[in-house]
Amino acid sequence: MAGGVSVELDRLLVQFDEFVAVRDANVRIEPGEFFSFLGPSGCGKTTILRTISGFLEPTSGAVRIDGKDMAFIGPNKRPTALIFQNLALFPLMTVWENIAFALEMKGVGAADRRKHADELLALIALDGQGDKYVHELSGGQKQRVAIARALCAEPSVLLLDEPLSALDLKLRQHMRTELRTIQRRVGLTFIYITHDQGEALTMSDHVAVMREGVIEQIGDGRTIYDDPATAFVASFVGENNALPGRVAEIRDGVALVDTSVGRLRARIATAARDRLRTDEEAIVFIRPEALDLDIAGASAETTIQATVIGEEFEGPNMHLQLRHDGGAELRVSLVNKGRTGTASIGSSLAAAFDPMKAVALPSGALSAEE
Amino acid sequence: MAKRSWLGGFLDRNGQALGLYILLAVSFWLLFLIILPQLAMIDFSLRHDLPAAQQGGPQDVWTFENYRHFIFGLPGNPDGWNRLDVGVFGRTIVAAAFVTILNLVICYPVAYYLAQVARGRQARVMAVALVVPYWVNEILRAFAFRIIFGATGVINSTLLTLGIIDLPIDFIRADIALYAGLGYAYVLLMVFPLYNAIESLDRNQIEAARDLGAPWWRIHTRIVLPFAKPGITSGCTMVFMLAAGALAAPQILGGPSNLWFTQLIYGQFFESVNWPRGAAYAIILLVACTLLVLLVMRLFKVRLGEIGK
Repeated sequence: MAGGVSVELDRLLVQFDEFVAVRDANVRIEPGEFFSFLGPSGCGKTTILRTISGFLEPTSGAVRIDGKDMAFIGPNKRPTALIFQNLALFPLMTVWENIAFALEMKGVGAADRRKHADELLALIALDGQGDKYVHELSGGQKQRVAIARALCAEPSVLLLDEPLSALDLKLRQHMRTELRTIQRRVGLTFIYITHDQGEALTMSDHVAVMREGVIEQIGDGRTIYDDPATAFVASFVGENNALPGRVAEIRDGVALVDTSVGRLRARIATAARDRLRTDEEAIVFIRPEALDLDIAGASAETTIQATVIGEEFEGPNMHLQLRHDGGAELRVSLVNKGRTGTASIGSSLAAAFDPMKAVALPSGALSAEE
Repeated sequence: MAKRSWLGGFLDRNGQALGLYILLAVSFWLLFLIILPQLAMIDFSLRHDLPAAQQGGPQDVWTFENYRHFIFGLPGNPDGWNRLDVGVFGRTIVAAAFVTILNLVICYPVAYYLAQVARGRQARVMAVALVVPYWVNEILRAFAFRIIFGATGVINSTLLTLGIIDLPIDFIRADIALYAGLGYAYVLLMVFPLYNAIESLDRNQIEAARDLGAPWWRIHTRIVLPFAKPGITSGCTMVFMLAAGALAAPQILGGPSNLWFTQLIYGQFFESVNWPRGAAYAIILLVACTLLVLLVMRLFKVRLGEIGK
């Protein structure tokens, strides 16, 4: 199987009439990498995928695959294969005919096609199912057939458009692991589109977070989660408590921000070091799991006094919903370590955090979710 | 729970009044407008052509004489078979099949474009443009074709002016006008079943095939055409049946030496006033066309139920 190659987006702009779907995207995806575009629906991620696969031409800028400009090279001539959101398996063909479709188009004889299809069926653990029709397979099996059909075209880059979104939760989690395994085995470059941050974080080497056609941040999962570049990334990826306010003081990469719950101390996000200024609006983000009920050495600037208004017990974790007198609501996630007698609804408590685990970012649009 | 009768269930679902109306209307339509007239025709076709006075008399017995006549002609016929009538019948079937295929070739790209490529306003304008010509009635349309294809018609005068030909081409005698007229008459009956079928094809299927390296024509032969097969069958069946049974267009556009089989039937009824033979010929046409359609459907592995989709 052909190895993976690099994919480069160079000042990519894609416009439909007046609407700019993708604006100034600059991305370099390394050979053999699992790269995800993550964002809410309508953020331009599918447009990027369709531009890489050749179904759309950029308005300006370039797509380069393995260093070669792909302008005006059709999807049937590019070293990419696309796995569609609804899989788009051919219902009138058997499973093996589906898988070997790319070979059929290359004019390979029936016997060789069958042989190759059987090899791929073995790879996806569906041996002996080649003569079935697609509608006779389960959701997960169809998924794997779609992957095999794409692999059969011997692409260097595999493009996946939210292929797991139709599956139920358990199967989705299983297929995440399976996709990652297949990717490591075949060594191809995978470009994955999703609105599910869990999917993006668990599978990807790097993630690009998009909002309204703009790539807000590119980084590995840990960076995206722990050191977001914008308020949108902080609010879209994972749960976060957002506390808007005004910067009172900046010192050594740490900001003091006056918020509705009082003055808070938080580390300034790496990407925002030059942008955050005293007396300007900022948002302090504190993850629910960064808040705790007893932290040694907590000061007033790392403590929020609030009333318990709700409680969810989930087994390994429990979540508390708090409300500050000023109206701000907070979510706290605690690991169940066998503590007894936790807070009861209506009681007042102090939630504290490590200022290095809180992030201060310049004010900006938040995720519209919730 | 007791199993309710089909009728009871039907009435419950649709309400008494509406359910009763549907049942009565459909039964009336089936019984009085289709089954009884056809049975009467079969009865006619199995009788001798007798003067009114002898009808119901001792000579009025059932016979296959009219069917025999179609195959063997008059007694003492030197050919041994009815060269004229069978010949016209054969030519009609072949010509109707030709018109059907011609129509399919012309309409498939239109239907594909309408179903998968055209968007919004463009699609609506196209659909209207397809329908509006049918406001002109059939006879007028046929005469328009006669004028277009006539010796001094638009086509001949253009070709003569351009110096491409020296003498006008006799499109009427060559049956070109007839094929064009028949083809045109049934464009809608071909486009809409095709459109219906192709429209329900998931665009991703086409894109997936393209992404996997299929050139455009392979996308059609491998993905779109197999998917549209029920629509193709349904369109072809209607066009073939109607073309084989057309009367006005062959009367007006047909060449003087080439008769359409329906013209023979018409002649038996209204010129020879031999209703039994006319009925027999009509039934021969109906049965032959039905058998042919069923045969073709079997060849292309389409079931009757699929056409209804």
